[in-house]
Amino acid sequence: MEPLMAYVVGGLFAASIYMILRRSIVKLVIGLILLSNAANLLIFTASGLTRGAPPLIPEGAQFPDPMPAADPLPQALILTAIVIAFGVLAFAVVLINRAYEILGVDDLDLMKETDA
Amino acid sequence: MNVEVLVVLPVLLPFLSAALSLMTWRSQVAQRVIGVGGTALLFVASCVLLYTTYHEGILVMEMSNWPAPFGIVLVSDLLSAIMVLMTGIMAFTVVIYSLSATDPEYEKFGYYPLMHLLHGGVAGAFLTGDIFNLFVWFEVMLMASFSLLILGGSRGQMEGAIKYVTINLVSSVIFLSAIGLLYGMTGTLNMAHIAVVLQGAESPMVTVVAMMFMVSFGIKAGSFPLFFWLPASYHTPPIAVSALFAGLLTKVGAYALFRMFTLMFMDDVQFTHNIILWAGVLTMVTGVLGAAAQFEFRRILSIHIISQIGYMLMALGLLAHTDIRSEVAVLALAGGIFYIVHNIVVKTNLFLVSGVVNQLLGSYELKKLGGLYRHKPFLSLLFFVSALSLAGLPPLSGFFAKFAVIRAGLEAYQWVPVFFGLLVGALTLYSMVKIWMYVFWRPLPEDHPMPERLNGKWDPKTIWMYAPIIVLTIATILLGVYGEPAFQVCLAAGEQLVDPSQYIEAVNPMDHMWLGEGE
Amino acid sequence: MIESKSLILHTATRFLLPLQLLFSLFLLLRGHDEPGGGFIAGLVAAGAIALYLFAFDVPSTKRMLRASPHDLFGLGLLLAAVSGIPALFLGKPYLTALWWELEFPFFGEIKLSTPLLFDIGVYLVVIGSVLSIVMTLAEAE
Repeated sequence: MEPLMAYVVGGLFAASIYMILRRSIVKLVIGLILLSNAANLLIFTASGLTRGAPPLIPEGAQFPDPMPAADPLPQALILTAIVIAFGVLAFAVVLINRAYEILGVDDLDLMKETDA
Repeated sequence: MNVEVLVVLPVLLPFLSAALSLMTWRSQVAQRVIGVGGTALLFVASCVLLYTTYHEGILVMEMSNWPAPFGIVLVSDLLSAIMVLMTGIMAFTVVIYSLSATDPEYEKFGYYPLMHLLHGGVAGAFLTGDIFNLFVWFEVMLMASFSLLILGGSRGQMEGAIKYVTINLVSSVIFLSAIGLLYGMTGTLNMAHIAVVLQGAESPMVTVVAMMFMVSFGIKAGSFPLFFWLPASYHTPPIAVSALFAGLLTKVGAYALFRMFTLMFMDDVQFTHNIILWAGVLTMVTGVLGAAAQFEFRRILSIHIISQIGYMLMALGLLAHTDIRSEVAVLALAGGIFYIVHNIVVKTNLFLVSGVVNQLLGSYELKKLGGLYRHKPFLSLLFFVSALSLAGLPPLSGFFAKFAVIRAGLEAYQWVPVFFGLLVGALTLYSMVKIWMYVFWRPLPEDHPMPERLNGKWDPKTIWMYAPIIVLTIATILLGVYGEPAFQVCLAAGEQLVDPSQYIEAVNPMDHMWLGEGE
Repeated sequence: MIESKSLILHTATRFLLPLQLLFSLFLLLRGHDEPGGGFIAGLVAAGAIALYLFAFDVPSTKRMLRASPHDLFGLGLLLAAVSGIPALFLGKPYLTALWWELEFPFFGEIKLSTPLLFDIGVYLVVIGSVLSIVMTLAEAE
């Protein structure tokens, strides 16, 4: 399972970087969305994949059943990261909308006003 | 209440102020009262925190009573406490400044709540002892900074914001990926616990992850070759926002580098810290050369931030060429910390001065400015002191900050970085003299008539703009002529950094490891 | 400005809005031990109000809410931040959970706690932030 996930993560990173390097700001945001998903899957894969073993301790027991249970922490990390990415990307969507209204272009190459 | 309450106050107070300020967004007066009151409390709390940390040692609070390493800990060692104190000072002075400098329109669009959230995020990043929590504080800080950056919505701000947001998101994702990989290796997120697990690990993967952290924080700090977003965005927002960003935000990246590369990644010092050292040298050279080519007040100052970051990185990088427990290492780190303190004060102050100049003459372009020395000699004096301090002339704070870093470089026999450190100091003086000549010394260009404001009487409202500048200028003089106590605190902070066992013992992540050490 | 003329959407929204808000409260209150909690409940509630926004328009949604998203955000942030403070006065770390069990005549035993306060804070923050984003986008149309 891990090798497959590694390819998926690598593919997502590659796709997102390709999109970020495009000139259109809409594609830029799509690239950012893919990028945060790639990072989430990377956390999931790097911290070990476990199948069918929820990290729950039955009532009265001392240890989870079955014993090598899934690690709940990466799931919590990913949940937090998804929430943060949700907030940031919502902001990014509002930003490109405002930027398009004010600048009238969606081409990053034409946004040179602040460059030295 | 225990003394540990002090650790949570610098995070809690800004969030309470932000909440109150959000609920009273209809009233300008209430927002201002909360703004001044909240940041004043933050300043007092951060002073008490530093005093207590200096006298009683590292303070730790385990949030929600979850023992380390399972819960999130807030840790205040001397480095954190110093940085939190700087946050408090900057928060207070910039809020006072914005009382008369900020457009009332911005105040309606949530200027004060966002400021408070930014302070809270920065203080949280300085205090947390959990690496994922550090990521969360970075994001809190970034969300607030994104919104502050587009306050007003001019064309330049939109362009700057798109670049700033994109680069910072990419940096955050690199940071997050590095946390994921590090968790996969060590099975923990507590920084002290990671340090224990990584001791003597000597795995090449650790170095890979260390480099990911370096790239991520390098982007946030604005180090070579990752600084390009900074000059494109920092000069665009309202001046009080620029001043706060210039003072604090890049320093959070520098702080994170100092923390990670003294506590956790100390196994391959020759490799990692050498990269930091040379990145630092290139950072200061490119920054100062970039500034020499500019003719816009804020832009010169923005690009100078980069060159100043270089000295901080150089101080950290010197660890590659000394014995980590030696006095040279302590001196290098203390110099780096003192440099951060000095730079936060001086850089913010210069931005505040540029705001006053803009208010008086209505421009930031050097070629349209002039004649201020004749009409406003006191303002000129304030600028002159800060500019000389930035360039590193005695007896101001910049001299002793540079002196400490360069002396550590000499004792580590690093001639090339030392040479560039001195050269960049001279070039900094060139940029500052350029601003001085154009804005203050020469007469106003003839095709730009003198605004009425210059000859008018002293406007009592501008006292709120002058007061913070005067305070910060006195601070930079004091840090110079009477800098010994401050430098002693920095030396003590450096001693704590070279001996991570103090930090680890204070957090004590091993006490509860009833399942044995991680996998 | 999007303004749906669909009678079906208008009518359905009037019935769905209270149901969704009730469901969000249910999620909020069961969240301590079981799936649910402030964040997801806040999203459900914000979804309900966003549906109202699609069916009608921004001014009428603001009238229906009677509070601006900023107020909700601020109140939520305040509740969440304050919920950790009682523990400080008992000499415990910030955010330590405190529980009180109360007996009520008809409901029986009710457990009140600071985590509940925190969850309500999160609930309001999520509603406030999602709505301010959605309203900004809707107003920009």
